[in-house]
Amino acid sequence: MSEPLLPIIHTEGDKPYLAGCRCTQCGHVYVGPREVCAKCTARGAMEPVHLAETGKVHVWTVVHRSFPGVATPFLDVIVDLDDGAHIKGTLTDIDPDKVTFDLPVRVVFREAIPAGQDKPYLTYLFVPQQGAAA
Amino acid sequence: MSDVYVVGIDMIRFGRFPDRTVPGLAAEAALMALDDAGLSIRDMQALYCGNLGQANGMVGQRMLGEIGQTGIPVVNVANACATGATAFRDAWMSIKAGLYDTVLAVGVEQMGKGLLGGTGGVSPEGLVGSYTMPAMFAQIGMEHARQYGTTFEQFAKVSVKNHHHSTLNPKSMYRKETPLEEVMGAEMIAYPNTKLMCSVNVDGSAAAVLMAEEKVRRLGLMDRAVRVRASEMSSNPFAERQMAMPDFSGATRLAAKQAYERAGIGPEDVNLVELHDCFATAELIHYENLGLCADGEAGRLIDEGVTALGGRVPVNVSGGLLSKGHPLGATGIANIYEVATHLRGAAGARQVEGARIGMTHVVGGGPGMGTACAIHVLEKV
Repeated sequence: MSEPLLPIIHTEGDKPYLAGCRCTQCGHVYVGPREVCAKCTARGAMEPVHLAETGKVHVWTVVHRSFPGVATPFLDVIVDLDDGAHIKGTLTDIDPDKVTFDLPVRVVFREAIPAGQDKPYLTYLFVPQQGAAA
Repeated sequence: MSDVYVVGIDMIRFGRFPDRTVPGLAAEAALMALDDAGLSIRDMQALYCGNLGQANGMVGQRMLGEIGQTGIPVVNVANACATGATAFRDAWMSIKAGLYDTVLAVGVEQMGKGLLGGTGGVSPEGLVGSYTMPAMFAQIGMEHARQYGTTFEQFAKVSVKNHHHSTLNPKSMYRKETPLEEVMGAEMIAYPNTKLMCSVNVDGSAAAVLMAEEKVRRLGLMDRAVRVRASEMSSNPFAERQMAMPDFSGATRLAAKQAYERAGIGPEDVNLVELHDCFATAELIHYENLGLCADGEAGRLIDEGVTALGGRVPVNVSGGLLSKGHPLGATGIANIYEVATHLRGAAGARQVEGARIGMTHVVGGGPGMGTACAIHVLEKV
């Protein structure tokens, strides 16, 4: 398996997952690790979690112009994961005209070559859930 | 604590000056502001200098090297798009603290064309969404659309308005009318922001001379002085989705509330506003963040022309960042220049008639960083 594109992509055995943490004081779920809760300021109250692999599109945009070498257009989405975390990503395997607010999506892990690189990395993407618009 | 006044203020016409230097651009605005006050660099007791691109480059000292090394203290300031306003506020604070009675604040930036950011390393751009500024502010507009049904056309009208305003401002980078169909038909950058709905990266500088009230009276400068009724700053309070999308509303609302309280006024007392229209989508959300209308009514405000020149509360009569241009470190003082010019009744063809109280707002930041917001309330006494 290729190197993760981002440090929040962890693997357990050969299965990738998105690493997060949850504040045991206020319940807020964060993407990635942290020591202190930015929301309630609790210290030493974070427990590591595997982030949910399903969620809904909060908002989206179609990006037509990006940095040099980046293929466009693509769908930039902000997803509310079902465990309460919020995460940015690319939504794929869907006609951009079919995207709606609250579209149910799931997380998939795929190998892809970032712009300007010559080897693949392991990244996460969002795809529509079964039965959602395609 | 003494009241603080702006007694001299000016900006260069924004544009592209690749052959100039950053300290050189700063020096030009500084001398213009000193001339406006009828003072010399020898009268300045401290310098607060805002710049982002050369934040570690001692721009303030280098500027004094060009206009007079009097040995005064220099503070170089960097604070995202609030850089210039932060320098201005530091100058204001130094007088409020009683340390000085006459100080200079300068904001300056020299920028390349095109998208900000995107340098170095293995980039997740495209594979993990987008980290461009247009995409960030597209999402903020889409959130407003999600909540209130705001349309592409309503966002586009902001750009039509601000480009129209800029035709009346000789210091604006662009001075061209852009009809609605041209704005909506321009190259789509990140829906719903087209190219004409993105601010212009330009070079520019602006400067202000601030003075304590007693000295303003002693020097007989009150006829052109503009009083700083409030100078407030904030950073981003916790926002639910901050890990995924930067939040510019929480900080703006916090600073606005403090500014209204400090000035002892309400939004209904404000005669004109220069706010942070870095993208057309941003202007509409800030109508609500600054209390110019109730939540959800920003679309109606732009539809009804309330914020156009001649409306109840004209917004960005300078042309705004969308057309006048957005030299990051200069913007915060340039918008204070615009409001002060109207309060002095010297804004010519774009004059907001009878303007007595004006507000300026800048807010900046980036993905995974945070937000800096500064709001000033100015009054002609």
